[in-house]
Amino acid sequence: MVNKLVFENLKHRPVRTLLSVLAIAVEVTMMLTVVGLSRGMLEDSQRRARGAGADIWVRPPGSAAIGLSGAPMPEKMVEFFRKQEHVVIATGSITHPIGGLNTVVGIVFDEFNRMCGGFKFLEGGPFTGQGDEIIIDERYALQNDLHAGDTIQVLNRPWKIVGVVEPGKLARLIVPLKRLQELTGATGKLTQVFIKLDDPANTDKVIASLKQKLPDYQIYSIDEFTSLFKVDNIPGLRAFIYVIIGLSVVVGFLVVFLSLYTAVLERTREIGILKSLGATRAYILNVLLRETALLAVFGSIVGILFTFGTRAAIMTLVPASLTQRIVPDWWPIAGAIALTGALMGAAYPGWKAANQDAIEALAYE
Amino acid sequence: MSENGPVISIRDLHKIYRMGEVDVAALRGVNLDVERGEFVAVVGPSGSGKSTMFHIVGGLTPPTSGEVYVHGRNLADMTEVERTRMRRTEVGFVFQKYNLLPTLTARDNIAIARHIAGKPLELDDGFREVLDLLGIGHRLDHKPSAMSGGEQQRVAIARAIVNHPSILLADEPTGNLDTKTSEAVLSILRGLNERLGQTILMITHNPDAAAVADRIVHMRDGRIVP
Ligand SMILES: Nc1ncnc2c1ncn2[C@@H]1O[C@H](COP(=O)(O)OP(=O)(O)OP(=O)(O)O)[C@@H](O)[C@H]1O
Ligand SMILES: [Mg+2]
Repeated sequence: MVNKLVFENLKHRPVRTLLSVLAIAVEVTMMLTVVGLSRGMLEDSQRRARGAGADIWVRPPGSAAIGLSGAPMPEKMVEFFRKQEHVVIATGSITHPIGGLNTVVGIVFDEFNRMCGGFKFLEGGPFTGQGDEIIIDERYALQNDLHAGDTIQVLNRPWKIVGVVEPGKLARLIVPLKRLQELTGATGKLTQVFIKLDDPANTDKVIASLKQKLPDYQIYSIDEFTSLFKVDNIPGLRAFIYVIIGLSVVVGFLVVFLSLYTAVLERTREIGILKSLGATRAYILNVLLRETALLAVFGSIVGILFTFGTRAAIMTLVPASLTQRIVPDWWPIAGAIALTGALMGAAYPGWKAANQDAIEALAYE
Repeated sequence: MSENGPVISIRDLHKIYRMGEVDVAALRGVNLDVERGEFVAVVGPSGSGKSTMFHIVGGLTPPTSGEVYVHGRNLADMTEVERTRMRRTEVGFVFQKYNLLPTLTARDNIAIARHIAGKPLELDDGFREVLDLLGIGHRLDHKPSAMSGGEQQRVAIARAIVNHPSILLADEPTGNLDTKTSEAVLSILRGLNERLGQTILMITHNPDAAAVADRIVHMRDGRIVP
């Protein structure tokens, strides 16, 4: 019976109901999108790191494990790594930031291609050695509407796109190592060296021996390296997530507060009628809380559906810059947070409604 | 709860409404006893305080001074919870302005009174008969906005009696009804009074309606007059 009343009340003011549901939906979408984005981007970085096909990553002393800065290491180190036991491939690369979250990576194509199991070209092919050539991945191509044969500006100079490859192999923008070294004034220097072993089972053994010989260097197995891609390892990311969730809760709270506050004012008379029929405070509070809970549940469902929309929008508009994951494990969490915010918003209007003098309410108007 | 003595006892009741700067004295010393099973008609000019008296007896609003005893218990000594229970179980109220819930159908307006009282929502055959006598049996699935004033009034009557309250306070229950439906309503009230021994107080402007009662009480300027 109470459900019927709640339902009829919501139906009675369809626009207000719709707006409340939408606001809660946006709240839930904000939470799920920020969580889905941070998870998606970290996973994408992990996937691309694994896509390089290396068993061991070596970075120079004093560099940050994740991140682009790095005191470079000399190129001749590669020779040293090649001579180690079990090492099949050792190849160096240089990573250079080009604004935003994007980087361009310089590689020795043949070595890297062998290590990563071979680039899959969707358009064009490998470097030909003529002029400034660049290989881009499919997502970058989609986002910027580029094709093999086009020319793009990177590092203030034109590059001819020779190939478009499937994403997932380290970087989105790939150029020959030598050229990038020249352009960035890093001739003979490397940002990192990738090592592929005869058998991944030897990883620990090789790392142990390398660490002994190069105590200052940062030497990671691929598992260690990818495990560094965590929310807590990105400075400020957790705080950012909390701020967005906090703001979402405030929005949900205010919307429900306003919606129910006006509903209570508008329904002063109805609340008086219920009281005249002997409804207790708890009964009236129950009506409003159920109404709130229903708004929160509908809002959460719509908000979850919206995240599929934001993901689709990101996939079509900026697939190279952002990756959003759908995070079902966060659905109940976001729903519970939205519900809590909504119930807090309902508290004062509910209390006001429950304590109204019945006949004053009926004399209203 | 005293089993003998009056069901309702009103002593020197005053009610002053404060409208901003102006005080409106709606009741100026009402004294009235109503015996168990009595059917009392309250008549008097507009503004004489009839509705105000009903609202206080029904525990909907407190008096400014004076006492009201219902079943021998002073309303002022009751807690809000006890007054709520009294409204729920002892008293049925028909408002002058009907006061139906606008979002619910007639059927649900009646059912919610059952629900609040914690009683099964199904209407028994006897009550269906009452609804037919009231002439609203075929209008149950309509919302108040789709009903005439007279129909809303009869739904309000049905809602007030659906829980078989021992006291029925009816504020002009026939105010909007034609002669024929008026008579139907009055005969239902008379029947409830005789068969179930319900105590009924009814405000009316209609001398024919007042004539149905056991006793007629006259009000004027916030007092009971002989
Ligand atoms: N809620 C209120 N606030 C202020 N004044 C009120 C209120 N209710 C009633 N009054 C005033 O109290 C006086 C008595 O009103 P009441 O409604 O009891 O009269 P009544 O006898 O029922 O009249 P009617 O026959 O028109 O229904 C009137 O002057 C009225 O204006
Ligand atoms: Mg009146």
